[in-house]
Amino acid sequence: MLSRTADHLFWMARYMERAENTARMLDVNYQMSLLPQSVEAAEKGWKGLLSISELSGDYAKRHGAVTPRGVMDYMVGDPKNGSSIRSCLMAARENARAVRGTLTTEVWETQNQTWLEFQRMVATNAFERTPSDAFEWVKFRSHLSRGVTVGTMLQDEAFHFLRIGSFLERADNTARLLDVKFHAVETEFFGAGLGPRMGQSQRAGGQVQSLGGMTQSQGFAAAEAAAEGSAAANGNGNGNGRDIEYDFYHWSAILRSVSGFEVYRKVYRNVIRPEKVAELLILRADMPRSLAACMQEVMSNLHFVANEQSKDTLRLAGRLRADLQYGRIDEILATGLHAFLTQFLERVNTLGVGISRDFLVPVAA
Amino acid sequence: MGPGFDEMRADTATVREHYLGYDRWLAQQPGDAMRMRREEAEVIFRRVGITFAVYGAKDDGSGSERLIPFDLIPRVIPAHEWNEMERGLRQRVTALNRFIHDVYHEQEIVKAGIVPAEQITRNAQYRPEMKGVAVVGGVYSHIAGIDIVRAANADGSGTYYVLEDNLRVPSGVSYMLENRKMMMRLFPELFSQHRVAPVAHYPDLLLETLRSVAPTAVNEPTVVVLTPGMFNSAYFEHAFLAQQMGIELVEGQDLYVKDNFVYMRTTQGPKRVDVIYRRVDDDFLDPKAFRSDSTLGCAGLLDVYRAGNIALSNAIGTGVADDKSIYPYVPKMIEFYLGEKPILNNVPTYQCRKPEDLAYVLDNLAKLVVKEVHGAGGYGMLVGPASTRQEIEDFRAAVIADPERYIAQPTLSLSTCPTFIESGIAPRHIDLRPFVLSGKTVQMVPGGLTRVALKEGSLVVNSSQGGGTKDTWVLEA
Repeated sequence: MLSRTADHLFWMARYMERAENTARMLDVNYQMSLLPQSVEAAEKGWKGLLSISELSGDYAKRHGAVTPRGVMDYMVGDPKNGSSIRSCLMAARENARAVRGTLTTEVWETQNQTWLEFQRMVATNAFERTPSDAFEWVKFRSHLSRGVTVGTMLQDEAFHFLRIGSFLERADNTARLLDVKFHAVETEFFGAGLGPRMGQSQRAGGQVQSLGGMTQSQGFAAAEAAAEGSAAANGNGNGNGRDIEYDFYHWSAILRSVSGFEVYRKVYRNVIRPEKVAELLILRADMPRSLAACMQEVMSNLHFVANEQSKDTLRLAGRLRADLQYGRIDEILATGLHAFLTQFLERVNTLGVGISRDFLVPVAA
Repeated sequence: MGPGFDEMRADTATVREHYLGYDRWLAQQPGDAMRMRREEAEVIFRRVGITFAVYGAKDDGSGSERLIPFDLIPRVIPAHEWNEMERGLRQRVTALNRFIHDVYHEQEIVKAGIVPAEQITRNAQYRPEMKGVAVVGGVYSHIAGIDIVRAANADGSGTYYVLEDNLRVPSGVSYMLENRKMMMRLFPELFSQHRVAPVAHYPDLLLETLRSVAPTAVNEPTVVVLTPGMFNSAYFEHAFLAQQMGIELVEGQDLYVKDNFVYMRTTQGPKRVDVIYRRVDDDFLDPKAFRSDSTLGCAGLLDVYRAGNIALSNAIGTGVADDKSIYPYVPKMIEFYLGEKPILNNVPTYQCRKPEDLAYVLDNLAKLVVKEVHGAGGYGMLVGPASTRQEIEDFRAAVIADPERYIAQPTLSLSTCPTFIESGIAPRHIDLRPFVLSGKTVQMVPGGLTRVALKEGSLVVNSSQGGGTKDTWVLEA
């Protein structure tokens, strides 16, 4: 298979997965914003969302203060934001179009249809009128995209590069979500040396083209009203949000954002405890959005496409998977979750660079 | 211009025999059915992404991709007409291939005094690099698109004419295939009532043709389609054909030359390429040999080609045989190379380079169609009867200034076909582009792409200028 083709497939899958994860995080924050909570807590949620995607700086420069509506606009339809749902869906579709001959008709039409429908939804203000329905739609288009791939494509190299793209992106996204959300509650085992996230490689990035301007006129009235309402009600309340009730909503929101709430109950049959949440999302190989599950998929698909120069990349992937397979949550927490996740993200990034070098854009002629 | 010729109706009261079945069916369709079907077709074309890119339009992810308007009413050709046309196409394309071979070898046709030497050597499409190069089977234009129109005669009958030969990188075949798929999806009952000759095997014939022209030393040739990329107006077609044939769609950046062979960069290392179905013009094929600013080609390709280590479809230098300055000589070519009488008619053509023709043209500008010999896509032409006095005078000055650049033809009254437009069904002018494949043998599928000028009275069918397409039915006897 052409290296360029593999590159487009890899990024098509990554962008689709990224669109889904952006929708998941926006949805959870939106749902949280409907609960009574302090202004600080609400703002923390929206800020966390930006920092997960390493976009706080860009947002501040272009939009200033963090408001629910501002963040929603920025993350849904802003063509200048490469991680917005719009940018991701468009990039996924453009990558698919570049290799439409390699995809089955069903896979291509799914990508194309998603982009066409998204534009229609934006035109009818669907993300403002019924945000949760719209986010649900994005998630289901992503499910459909993966399902159509598995259900119609020959399991050849094209298929494996699509899968590698999906799971590498998902590993990255789950790790970021955990890092930011654990940071937000400053749990005792999160680890010392907080503050700005250090040492992380840039979020892998960009084939996104800039689009024409697009405005959303309607605000997220419900979210803003709720935030204001709770501010009034909790004016003298516990701004740092460390009570049990808050923790429950905080942790359950994380779980919900990775479709893990019901899974947690089924696996642990217990109240929601942070270390168990971490264990589920990092080490449980049977939890489809955990780091362990993602690395398992990346590894097994990499095996099928291995070539003469990819030995080192496979070794990296294998070691990363083994660390998760044989790791224990108490050990991870003892060294500090933040340190662990930071290192994990670095290793995932190195792996992505290796895949790119060995398969997608070979340097030598 | 005499009376028109309509493909469906001999006169207002009489439907031609090959349209009787369709006419009966159409009469039974409830009022809004056609409109609804058309909307359905549009939705499907969008979803499938059967679009063409519009040059110069700002790319915002969708705005520069347009649909080519698809008309629901088929163009029907009876079997006996197609059989005759097919014989004529085989004959014509065979002669044209012989001509190209001759141009780059002995130039017998020049020695015989039939085509003047300067018409070849001064042609911008003549490639001296191809002189003496051996091409597999001596075939140059493996994929040819021949534009045919039917014009009305004074007595109301019609005659087919070849308007233009396209021997470089003719496009449109994907629309022929997709239009048929769409018609079968929208109107399955029509296909059970008519014996419409199938066309879906075209990609098979194409692949067979491409494999048959591989360098002779290669047993299992690797064939690829070379596209300028996804922003090219015909990108859909490139991707479509590659997919249908199950071969790689490559861009210039995927190819490189090493030790006089062409390789593509794959995830498993370099892979040798034997046949390139290139959808890139000669000028852009090899920055070392032709335009040095081209990023669409592969540096060193020409050398590999001349060494016989890669096949290009079509060959380099076919353009020398398909521009309007060579067109008038095609009937004589057929007689010269094949010793046969031409089956298909040429449109009578005045060559402004000849003083007596020039004088006639200048006296009759208002009646003629004047074309630039190197023009294409419906640009750079004057349609006398449809032009203002000022436009005619402007063209007169241009022709006088550089007569060699122009030819002129009588304004043909192109046939019309009923077409579904906003206000209902109305006649619109059409043409036809059959595709002729030449490898070890000459093959084609029945029919071709019918293009329709959607503007009332317009004769310009090009999709870049508001033309649409129709499904083309050849009815089996």
